[in-house]
Amino acid sequence: MERLLDIKNLKTSFFTHVGEVKAVRGVSFHLDKGEALGIVGESGSGKSITMMSVMRLLADNGKIVDGEIWFDGRDLASLSENEMQKIRGNEIGMIFQDPMTSLNPVLTVGDQLTEPLLKHKKMPKEEAYKRAVEMLRLVGIPSPEKRIKQYPHEFSGGMRQRVMIAMALINEPKLLIADEPTTALDVTIQAQILELMKDLKSKINTSIILITHDLGVVADVCNRINVMYGGLIVETGKTSDIFYNPKHPYTWGLLRSVPNPKTLVKERLKPIDGQPPDLLKPPAGCPFAPRCEYAMRVCMTHMPPLFEVGENHKAACWLNHPDAPKVEAPVGRRHE
Amino acid sequence: MMENKKALISIKNLKMYFPIKKGLFGRQVSYVKAVDDVSFEIMKGETLGLVGESGCGKTTTGRTIIKLYEPTSGEIIYDGVDIAKFTPNQMLPYRKKMQMIFQDPYASLNPRMTVADIIGEAIDIHKLMTGKERMERIHYLLNVVGLNSEHANRYPHEFSGGQRQRIGIARALAVQPEFIICDEPISALDVSIQAQVVNMLEDLQRDFGLTYLFIAHDLSMVKHISNRVGVMYLGKMVELAESNELYTKPLHPYTQALLSAIPIPDPDEAMSKKRIVLEGEIPSPIDPPPGCRFKGRCKYAKPICSEQDPVFKDVGGGHMVACHLY
Ligand SMILES: Nc1ncnc2c1ncn2[C@@H]1O[C@H](COP(=O)(O)OP(=O)(O)OP(=O)(O)O)[C@@H](O)[C@H]1O
Ligand SMILES: Nc1ncnc2c1ncn2[C@@H]1O[C@H](COP(=O)(O)OP(=O)(O)OP(=O)(O)O)[C@@H](O)[C@H]1O
Ligand code: SF4
Ligand SMILES: [Mg+2]
Ligand SMILES: [Mg+2]
Repeated sequence: MERLLDIKNLKTSFFTHVGEVKAVRGVSFHLDKGEALGIVGESGSGKSITMMSVMRLLADNGKIVDGEIWFDGRDLASLSENEMQKIRGNEIGMIFQDPMTSLNPVLTVGDQLTEPLLKHKKMPKEEAYKRAVEMLRLVGIPSPEKRIKQYPHEFSGGMRQRVMIAMALINEPKLLIADEPTTALDVTIQAQILELMKDLKSKINTSIILITHDLGVVADVCNRINVMYGGLIVETGKTSDIFYNPKHPYTWGLLRSVPNPKTLVKERLKPIDGQPPDLLKPPAGCPFAPRCEYAMRVCMTHMPPLFEVGENHKAACWLNHPDAPKVEAPVGRRHE
Repeated sequence: MMENKKALISIKNLKMYFPIKKGLFGRQVSYVKAVDDVSFEIMKGETLGLVGESGCGKTTTGRTIIKLYEPTSGEIIYDGVDIAKFTPNQMLPYRKKMQMIFQDPYASLNPRMTVADIIGEAIDIHKLMTGKERMERIHYLLNVVGLNSEHANRYPHEFSGGQRQRIGIARALAVQPEFIICDEPISALDVSIQAQVVNMLEDLQRDFGLTYLFIAHDLSMVKHISNRVGVMYLGKMVELAESNELYTKPLHPYTQALLSAIPIPDPDEAMSKKRIVLEGEIPSPIDPPPGCRFKGRCKYAKPICSEQDPVFKDVGGGHMVACHLY
């Protein structure tokens, strides 16, 4: 398979009045053409900032401090803003996590949807409007001809999210970055959007990076999964490996936290106790150690490397060291 | 289970229409019928889940109940008093009793206020506490939602999506309300924190006797937290039942499709699962079709479905449904 994106040792920080927030602390991964990669993990672990770094859309106080971002033969980390503008909304489409702040409240939905077509494709206005209406229909907005003339605040939360999706897809990008694209959608429309993404993947070989908290969504769409914690990738592998043979205690906690949709008795949910690390003073050892019930002495002082635990399956946990005690995962068996 | 409980809120024939203005002179030509004749009760101390298609009117229902919108018509009876036509002044005591956790944490937090100010604002408006006591309460609330005291002096943009949602929850809890509308309170959170927040909401409910209206798209979580669940479709309530009953015996064809589309966190099952795919154009709340609003997408539709609006009725044991099949 052909490589589309190759991220090497990415480090991104925010410089605030209280110090340097190390949001992404050395992240490496790749994506092939036509592949769908899921990114899951703790809130605040750097999922969005990793992808905002790729898009070079960091806040003013944010900076890529190290690393390379190879996209289709170019290192995005070193491109000029001018060159980046030709890539954004054209070769890379992004669905942002917060639809309301990324839609312009004073422009109609139609004006915003047609912008990428007018700007990058130099399409005549009338044709662009037709395409925009068609796109709104594809993402399941009823009466698109009428809706296109309205402003974002006249749309429901989920409808705004679908406008964002339409906007990201309208130029048929090579890479679609979708940050929590379906959180505000009901499951039937979610299913429809996921089908639309899978379609793009198979028809025009679009590669997808899907950031989501919904393990059901990654299970359905993604070929591979990165699990992030404390600004790092702590586990990466094929979807089936992450679900059925997870090798990191954080991944175990994640899989254990979701309610079983089939149970009829009300069981208390099992969250992971404790707090994520403070990225102002990231710990020297494993970032998960203070919350980990399996933590050993080495975990507090030494950062675990990404151990090779299977084919294309890696986990950054000392339990995978040959000398570590053998622990059985409390989750992740295949259902009979 | 809930029969012997008293209703805290009784909604009767609630309607909320938004006018759409068109053209240069802004003449009203039509309405978005966001909530169109909806009636239900929320019992004291219960959690009522509310699910349904995006844009079907869940948020509008919530916002109208706490009178962020002026209802077009209908009654909102809170603890025996119809507040539907109350003036802002008359509403003031109710503003403390009823709180809302908003769907959009980004837009609902003032970017120029620190987290402490955001949470403290409600305490100040209702003159609940001052000085050290107020600050202690703010720190306590931050801890309750899994943030720490050091976060108090930071600004919303310095937080991740999930962290911002927790600030919104702390703000809603600040005034010790009786009733909280949770509009997608957990969809921006990762699953482990979702579990924390849901456990927290359950503990607060047990300790303070809170009543919740819980709006969400995550049907597994809604089932987990709710005593009863209501399903809305295009401005109407189409089904309402005790939650295990609804999930095991869904009656309305829309509810059946909805439940079949729950994403299963298991790759093997996801591969083999059969979804009921809804065909047909999603009708618009601007010109809702006559008769049952689901008929264009319903595989069981009969002639009567195009003629008559089905009545929302009890088909046994408090299981309510609006469908001509029953
Ligand atoms: N502008 C900023 N200034 C300072 N810190 C920031 C800024 N933006 C983000 N951060 C911090 O960077 C870290 C990573 O944030 P990011 O948005 O990537 O999290 P995330 O994994 O996407 O979380 P979520 O699932 O909640 O969206 C967080 O700890 C956040 O507080
Ligand atoms: N302020 C407003 N002005 C005009 N129309 C509105 C307004 N608020 C909501 N609407 C319309 O009312 C309908 C219901 O919207 P609402 O936000 O209640 O949906 P929802 O069920 O909460 O959807 P979601 O799950 O996507 O959040 C939609 O068609 C929406 O476009
Ligand atoms: S390295 Fe140690 S602390 Fe970290 S997850 Fe593994 S066992 Fe737990
Ligand atoms: Mg994020
Ligand atoms: Mg809503």
